[in-house]
Amino acid sequence: MGLPEQNSAENLEIKESALVTAGWSAEARKDAFERTMKSGLPTARDEYWKYTNPKSLTSKKVEKAPLSKEKDGAMFTGANPIKIVFVDGKFAPKKSADFDVSGLSVERLSIINKLDLHWAKDVYGKYEKLSQESVTRPLASYNTAYADEGVVIHVSERIERPINIIYEHSDEYSDVILRHIIKIDDNAELTLLENGPAAARLNQVMEVKLSDGAKFNHIRVLGRDHERRTATHIFGELGGEAKFKSFTLTVNGVLTRNECFLNINGDDAAAHISGACIGDGDFHHDDTVFITHDAVGSESRQVFKKVLRNGATGVFQGKILVKPNAQKTDGYQISQSLLLDEDSQFLAKPELEIYADDVACSHGSTSGAIDEEALFYLTSRGISKQIAIDMLTMAFLAEAVEEIENIKLKQVILDLLTNWLERHRS
Amino acid sequence: MLKINNLHVSLDEEDKQILKGVDLNVDAGKVHAIMGPNGSGKSTLSYVLSGKDGYNVTNGTVELNGDDILDLEPEERASLGLFLAFQYPIEIPGVGNMTFLRTALNAQRKSRGEDEISATDFLRLVREKAATLKIDADMLKRPVNVGFSGGEKKRNEILQMAMLEPKICILDETDSGLDVDAMKLVANGVNALRDEGRGFLVITHYQRLLDHIKPDIVHIMADGKIVKTGGPELAIEVENNGYSDLLNEAS
Repeated sequence: MGLPEQNSAENLEIKESALVTAGWSAEARKDAFERTMKSGLPTARDEYWKYTNPKSLTSKKVEKAPLSKEKDGAMFTGANPIKIVFVDGKFAPKKSADFDVSGLSVERLSIINKLDLHWAKDVYGKYEKLSQESVTRPLASYNTAYADEGVVIHVSERIERPINIIYEHSDEYSDVILRHIIKIDDNAELTLLENGPAAARLNQVMEVKLSDGAKFNHIRVLGRDHERRTATHIFGELGGEAKFKSFTLTVNGVLTRNECFLNINGDDAAAHISGACIGDGDFHHDDTVFITHDAVGSESRQVFKKVLRNGATGVFQGKILVKPNAQKTDGYQISQSLLLDEDSQFLAKPELEIYADDVACSHGSTSGAIDEEALFYLTSRGISKQIAIDMLTMAFLAEAVEEIENIKLKQVILDLLTNWLERHRS
Repeated sequence: MLKINNLHVSLDEEDKQILKGVDLNVDAGKVHAIMGPNGSGKSTLSYVLSGKDGYNVTNGTVELNGDDILDLEPEERASLGLFLAFQYPIEIPGVGNMTFLRTALNAQRKSRGEDEISATDFLRLVREKAATLKIDADMLKRPVNVGFSGGEKKRNEILQMAMLEPKICILDETDSGLDVDAMKLVANGVNALRDEGRGFLVITHYQRLLDHIKPDIVHIMADGKIVKTGGPELAIEVENNGYSDLLNEAS
């Protein structure tokens, strides 16, 4: 038997010598390093990577990602957010805002890393490790082992102002690892907005702990630079009556893999994960979601819509696991694609695994083209074919965008989609 | 205004001739009715006139105010003033009725070199027209035709017609699925649009719609052709004796 692919010299090295050996995170890092060594980096042969080739995410060499002339910039200014800016993964203090908000603490991983004690120890790597029980996620354990920057947020009240993390990209070969830790206390609430291309290659992990009654609203817009490659993981735990909402918009990127792994451990909690994407040409977008219901009366929704054209590929792997004690679970999962031509494809693997007997779970996955009857109806009223297709495209994406509760933020997303469609009219 | 000359049409997918030489002129200010049995080609005529895919014109011409329209896209025909009220209006989830109306109106205005209508003028106009058709604010807010009853869908067609102010209105079996009250409402909407500058082509199986929308001229269509043309009395003859006598007579 030859060397496994992941150990070849062309791949990222997993070196023990590169680990931080002091401070509160050292133990978690060592542990993650060992897990990564054991699992190896993902390869195209792994079942979990059946539809998405991870090669460019694990290669030593980073593919060039030219910078777009137009920048994403601060797209959420209307929400008056607290701005935190990273440029190629490096914190940019001058671009970031100073703030003093009661009940909100934001620190940087690179600074607290050196401390012997920190509350983040109870979160860092914990949910990532838990997720590896079902299937290995080596990019995430790699992140736990080596991440040296990111934000560490503690929320103890209901915070009105959103935090907006903006990821700028200035180096065409930047290879970035970011790690965010978020802890939201009982009945506290945070809205987190993220946008920007971040890097030529980004490996980002966010771990979120929601205590009883906590609320987390998350909206992100993956950035514009088209050649970027992005692998993100969200890991989370929900306490009783906690609410987790996350929406992702993607209209760019040759390769995006967004994983979300949530454990609903508290009764009557709710997790809503949604995403809208439009892929044009060389575009591969993968949403992989795993939600575990481990409490009574909890609810989860997964709503993913992908518009694909000119040979773009969309992937959805979604699972709802209902443990034996999780009675009265309400699980809903829908993944749909609108294929605008025959060159594009949508690959879906929806799964339900249910061990409780009193649950309501449904899932569905469809692929379809533009409805010709609707198109004729619109054009017969004088609307051009191109605009009619755009209207039907927006209509298709609506169910996912509607998952955003805040009307202003929803409008930001709708405007981004409308503008994108206008720019890309043939 | 609308001149149909020797129109021959077959289906794209199968080599089946549906229209076999239709000749018809609709003048401005006139209401023409086309009656005929099932399968005579009435709906095909309405689709071919409005530019639906799937039909192949093998011979003949159609002119609207002097413009040959057969090579035009549906939206171009609409901008020239052609409007089809659908027999089965399409439901479009996710597209708001108001957005749809405004986009259509502005697209047509733009193609004619006119300014777009302002949001306030549009709202005023749509509310005014909707009120006469008893279309409430809730129906306007909903997605296009989604959750509408049969009657609501047909009223929504007439609302679109009233907003777009076409030159030639084709009504494809607008009476189907309507009860008497709904039919009166729709007919009143149509009658309100009768105008010297506007022609109507009303396609129907039954005479009853023509009690409410009084035609100037009635055509009987059978087997892909207009086989008889006359005044309103022709519709009454159909109602009393059915099509078979007329068709026998024509052949």
